[in-house]
Amino acid sequence: MIAEALSYPFFQRALIAGLLASIACGVMGSLVVVRKISSIAGGLSHAAFGGVGLGYLFGFHPMIGALGFGILSAAGLGVAELRMRQGLDTLISMVWAIGMALGIVFVSLAPGQAPDLLGFLFGNILLVSPGYVLLVGALDVLVVFVVFVLFRQLRAICFDEEFSWVVGVPVAPLFLLLLVLVALTVVTLIRVVGVILVIALLTIPAAIARQWTDHLFRMMLLSTAVGAVSIASGLFLTYALSSRYGLDLPTGPAIILLAAGLFGLSFVIRRIGWRQG
Amino acid sequence: MSDRGGTLIDLRGVTVRFADRTVLDSIDFAVNRGDFVGIIGPNAGGKTTLLKVMLGLIEPDEGEVRAFGTSPREARGMIGYVPQYARFDTDFPITVAEMVGMGRLGRVRGGSRAEDRAAVDRALARLELTGVAGVRLGKLSGGQLQRALIARALVMEPRALLLDEPTASLDTQIGRSVYELLEQLADEIPIVLVSHDVGVISRTVRTIACLNVRMHYHHSKELSPEMVEAVYGCPVDLVAHGVPHRVLELHDGPQ
Repeated sequence: MIAEALSYPFFQRALIAGLLASIACGVMGSLVVVRKISSIAGGLSHAAFGGVGLGYLFGFHPMIGALGFGILSAAGLGVAELRMRQGLDTLISMVWAIGMALGIVFVSLAPGQAPDLLGFLFGNILLVSPGYVLLVGALDVLVVFVVFVLFRQLRAICFDEEFSWVVGVPVAPLFLLLLVLVALTVVTLIRVVGVILVIALLTIPAAIARQWTDHLFRMMLLSTAVGAVSIASGLFLTYALSSRYGLDLPTGPAIILLAAGLFGLSFVIRRIGWRQG
Repeated sequence: MSDRGGTLIDLRGVTVRFADRTVLDSIDFAVNRGDFVGIIGPNAGGKTTLLKVMLGLIEPDEGEVRAFGTSPREARGMIGYVPQYARFDTDFPITVAEMVGMGRLGRVRGGSRAEDRAAVDRALARLELTGVAGVRLGKLSGGQLQRALIARALVMEPRALLLDEPTASLDTQIGRSVYELLEQLADEIPIVLVSHDVGVISRTVRTIACLNVRMHYHHSKELSPEMVEAVYGCPVDLVAHGVPHRVLELHDGPQ
């Protein structure tokens, strides 16, 4: 069955794209989890949907619109996070909802036939193009390079922003850079699991990895591995169910449910380990 | 970058307001070479805010702050800071050595990786933390964590050291060992520490300043119950050194 699935070019592309996506996802997801900005990441993914709608309305590629909205929202929420002491959660909720609302309004105003919004909401990794695979690969290179070069500084601002500032680390620019990278990752993952589920793919593998290591770098590696296993398993599982039993499950939600199952399994194993240890 | 005489950090007429509440009111305060200043005062009296103003973390609404002859922002990396340890996320995946190494990230003191590692090792050894260098922060005791935070500040090779409630939440014996360490450090660099622990602080430091929105500066470390009462806005019983003070009755004084 595995060989059969791998014989299809569309499945090969989906698998390669998914495995590549798990790298950016593992690296950035770990930073999102330890910095506790998963709600911001969720806001960014939903804000990006406004850009998708704008792309349909004005006839440019929806992913370009999503990137634009995502980066602008990252900058706005980043500045708010650094300056606002209260009310930030309200602002995130507003960006979250406004992004979705704009996306739906723009799409409804777009000429011609309504596009496949479900693909953006819940992902459609099986339909990714060769260009998308290259895009994810380029994102990986960018994310890994930036995080490798600035690892100690990024870890420092995630752990203790005030002390980092005191020693001379450029906290605000680094935090905005972190959010822009999160936005890029989130937008790229939209094709894998969709706007609504992307936050889960960003955080669940990292949360699992956190259960097994006390080192941020190892957490990134382990999170990448967990993400890769989840995505690959989701792809093969949904393919198998479809080809063997005619049961067409959407791949994105299947990936998330598998990751959630791994989280539960990891949690139970750790608990047993603690009791025995 | 020159210091004005022996003054390293200089606050003149500093006022800080949060929304409509005045937290610091017309503060004049200076840190000089050889200083070991203890700042006492009630909760919400502005002690932590004062430290953050000196560090440049909070911009005053009025007044001027100079640190080493320049603005606190420009002086970043020169002032070591030990924040209250209770505010940390102890679940963060970072080891003691990695956290102490944060002190080497600044633009002023940042050296090669080998130099940084050697500096971290020295600081850990001095604070008797070598044995827990690879341990996650959350697994340390309160005393060890406090010493790790001091090590992180020292690894900056700072020209002044500010500490925020360095013995809060520590038991008396560990708190005393922290103060003994600070007494040693005070021979090397000027230190300012804030605490609500009136009894112990008056035994340790060389000078005491009382802060409750406004500053009452004493050029000695002798504290009388009247002086403290004036700051706290209520009768305070200064009991034997080493024993925390106690507030005798509730009051409606300024907070």
